[in-house]
Amino acid sequence: MTTEVRDVIIVGSGPAGYTAAVYAARAQLSPLVFEGSVTAGGALMNTTEVENFPGFPEGIMGPSLMTDMKAQAQRFGADLRLEDVTGITLGSQGDLHQVIDGEGRSYETRSLILAMGSGYRELGLPDEKRLSGHGVSWCATCDGFFFRDQDIAVVGGGDSAVEEATFLTRFARTVTLIHRRDELRASKIMAQRAFNDPKLQFAWDSEVVDLQGEDKLTSVTLRNTGTGELSQLDVTGLFIAIGHDPRSELVKGQIALDDEGYVLVDHPSTRTNATGVFACGDLVDHTYRQAITAAGTGCSAALDAERYLAELED
Amino acid sequence: MPSATSPNSKTDHAITSNKENHGNRDQTDASFTKDVLESDVPVLVDFWAEWCGPCRMVAPILSEIAAENEGKIKVVKLNVDENPQTAAQYGVISIPTLNVYKGGQVVKQVVGAKPKQALLADLAEFL
Repeated sequence: MTTEVRDVIIVGSGPAGYTAAVYAARAQLSPLVFEGSVTAGGALMNTTEVENFPGFPEGIMGPSLMTDMKAQAQRFGADLRLEDVTGITLGSQGDLHQVIDGEGRSYETRSLILAMGSGYRELGLPDEKRLSGHGVSWCATCDGFFFRDQDIAVVGGGDSAVEEATFLTRFARTVTLIHRRDELRASKIMAQRAFNDPKLQFAWDSEVVDLQGEDKLTSVTLRNTGTGELSQLDVTGLFIAIGHDPRSELVKGQIALDDEGYVLVDHPSTRTNATGVFACGDLVDHTYRQAITAAGTGCSAALDAERYLAELED
Repeated sequence: MPSATSPNSKTDHAITSNKENHGNRDQTDASFTKDVLESDVPVLVDFWAEWCGPCRMVAPILSEIAAENEGKIKVVKLNVDENPQTAAQYGVISIPTLNVYKGGQVVKQVVGAKPKQALLADLAEFL
């Protein structure tokens, strides 16, 4: 099998991956970017309006923002592939790193930028998989449409949960936001919007402990986190927005991760403990997790990789 | 997206054109019985909508699978926004949903966008 040797391979295509691609392409490094076959564009592809990305005073739709970032990377010659990466073998001490794609093709690279982002967290309930697509959903923009004039719920208390809940009130009769604590983690502006929404109700200090329904979700059981009291909430839809976990499986055991699976980097650089391997975006960040911070570290990763390659030549 | 979710009157048209960018034939509520339920070969129906990001990602993969398996399985698309009756009839409340119909019955259901290899594995019995 022939193996291509590259200067830079970028794995991932959210704001971090595409920004790294823009910078690396402008630096004439011809980056090869694995965008993912069904995840290209990353988490923002499933959002609606992004109001806090600088440069867009009226806001911009998440998918449009990502399409534009992609086009920008393309303009400078990034080699974008709608392929998944199924294997990564890191070389030791400056050796080449190997990347395998979904079709089994193998690539080698002098530097590697990891930008795989994070994946939706699940509740971990026994019936969750069975009812997924039958009332249990992780994509409000995809599935909200089907719950017109119905009573539904969102689990979570952060910005994404509140944004989804607010979005879903366009369709649903009522939306109950289920949150473990008695206050929202979401930013003030999002929380205020939620409190002002007449269709939005709150189930505070509550967690979902059981799902009911034969072919479709009909209700959920809530447990009060303080008193332990159980109650039933009749809903036909449950949107889960309880956070994300880093997608670091492909490099686990080859690179230093923290206890939660985030890739450790030598701040403020994006260097990992593997030579020539840089990491950026939500894969390394459990603090900020914003499109703009991901884009920022994506830029750093490309500059770090560029410097690393220049030093190899010396 | 908000503007795309308003009800649409296209449901009355019997047959739709093949204008979709992915080359798969569009279905409507009206053409569903003939083209899907009465088909001689298994038909995979891709329930989708413009405003669904994952739907747009999975569509080209389905086109590839259709092209590589011509004669074994037919792949068609049904826009749930324009054809809510059929989606409701089959209980589709999450998209993309991929239903395989054989002899008028749903014999397989895949919910959510998946990479090609995973879809090929899910659909192996029809390919």
